[in-house]
Amino acid sequence: MNNGEPWWISLIKAGIIVNLVMLAFAYTTWLERKLLGRMQLRYGPNRAGPFGLLQPIADLIKLIRKESFFPVAARDSLYIAAPVIAMFTALAAFAVIPFGAGWQIWHYHVNGEIANVSIGLILLFALGSVGVYGAIIGGWASESKYSLLGSMRTCAQLVSYEVSLALSVLGVVLMGQSLNLVEIVNKQGATIWFFIPQLAGMLVFFFAVIAETSRPPFDLPEADTELVAGYHTEYGGMRWGLFQTAEYVNMITLSALAVTLFFAGWHGPWAPLGPLWFVLKVFILVSIFIWIRASVPRLRYDQLMRFGWKVLLPVATINAVITALLVVWVH
Amino acid sequence: MPQPLDTVKGFAVTFRQLFKKPITQQYPEYKRPVYPRFRGRHRLHVHENGLEKCVGCSLCAAACPADCIRVVAAENTPENRVSAGERYARIYEINMSRCIFCGYCELACPFDAITLGNEFEISEYSRDDLIYTKDMLLAEPIKRVPVADPDLYDTPIPYYETHS
Ligand code: SF4
Ligand code: SF4
Repeated sequence: MNNGEPWWISLIKAGIIVNLVMLAFAYTTWLERKLLGRMQLRYGPNRAGPFGLLQPIADLIKLIRKESFFPVAARDSLYIAAPVIAMFTALAAFAVIPFGAGWQIWHYHVNGEIANVSIGLILLFALGSVGVYGAIIGGWASESKYSLLGSMRTCAQLVSYEVSLALSVLGVVLMGQSLNLVEIVNKQGATIWFFIPQLAGMLVFFFAVIAETSRPPFDLPEADTELVAGYHTEYGGMRWGLFQTAEYVNMITLSALAVTLFFAGWHGPWAPLGPLWFVLKVFILVSIFIWIRASVPRLRYDQLMRFGWKVLLPVATINAVITALLVVWVH
Repeated sequence: MPQPLDTVKGFAVTFRQLFKKPITQQYPEYKRPVYPRFRGRHRLHVHENGLEKCVGCSLCAAACPADCIRVVAAENTPENRVSAGERYARIYEINMSRCIFCGYCELACPFDAITLGNEFEISEYSRDDLIYTKDMLLAEPIKRVPVADPDLYDTPIPYYETHS
């Protein structure tokens, strides 16, 4: 499973990657506020440090120091576990994403991913589905009608879009002839980046990702203007922070997955820079998410459902069927 | 009716904004001048001879919709003459944390003793500090807020008459 890599190397890598992802998360919030600000002719954060670069750290300190109160009626253990579940699944999903070709350091071989799982893609989606429980349990355990409504919306939305999400990558799986993300990336490096033959699949995937991470214009689970804040209405302090982290980390993970599946992961014009290409592509995708947030207003709930079931699902299905036929025909 | 083309246009707009200069006014460094009739922190006034204008009639307290003025009047005596009238305000307090800056107190006062000034930077760390006493209201406030030139904003009467 680990291609001859000793377990402690994986452990060290896991530690590094988790921290890097958290750092990336922190600065994604900064980037989002900054870009949104500039797109609305504002400055965005610019007080804490040069260009507001210390803002994420200031936010973190503020959240941690906040009193962690919770509603009397809340079911304690579930209430506390919910953000942890959301956060854990979001971070764990990054384990199977390959970010480099692997290196020979001294006489150890270091893989370009934490765990080379043969069904990486399925594992990722499974973790994503478990992550939904974070939102559902969180909303239900806080014993408040706003939270409950929010979490109901959240599960309806996430479950609907998960179908399209999984179907949209079928084409890639068929072309890459593997569920292993490393092999999919290698295949793309050897042939063609899959976003060209799988354009429809990529678009569906992209929309489904926006909905899965509940970002605008599909941010119905939060919909600050109508549902105070959705499933995390009753959360405060760092518990709320964990939900928020989970959401952003999910966005980063799914962007990384999009890069892996459609944009050939670490492949780029100059091979030794592998991980850098990967980071660059993820950065561009995340910026596009932010751009979408700045440009498109939120959908109505029926529009959201209609779009998911009547547009994305058929397109994804047809795309998968056509790809399957073509793959069979070519061989 | 979905309009995909217009949505794409929206993306172009947000992208173009990215390269424009933000129009935000950076507040503590740059203070936008307030309008001359801006209603801010109150002041109590005195006559030229040093006597207070306020006679402790409590009309301002009665007019105040936020009920944040407290006036306790006392008789002027020949030895202790504070105001020009029969009585004066022994205690005059405005609770600034409740005031809504409507200016009704100013309208109610028969002697123009209380007016609203231009200061708006009156935040404090404690609510107690927001209860302004008579001494504070009588004192000359620190000028921190620039006031715009009145002529810029006063609408000339002929213009007003022809355009309303
Ligand atoms: S401005 Fe209005 S609210 Fe404030 S003290 Fe005067 S009357 Fe009361
Ligand atoms: S400020 Fe004016 S209205 Fe208020 S008590 Fe004094 S004289 Fe009367």
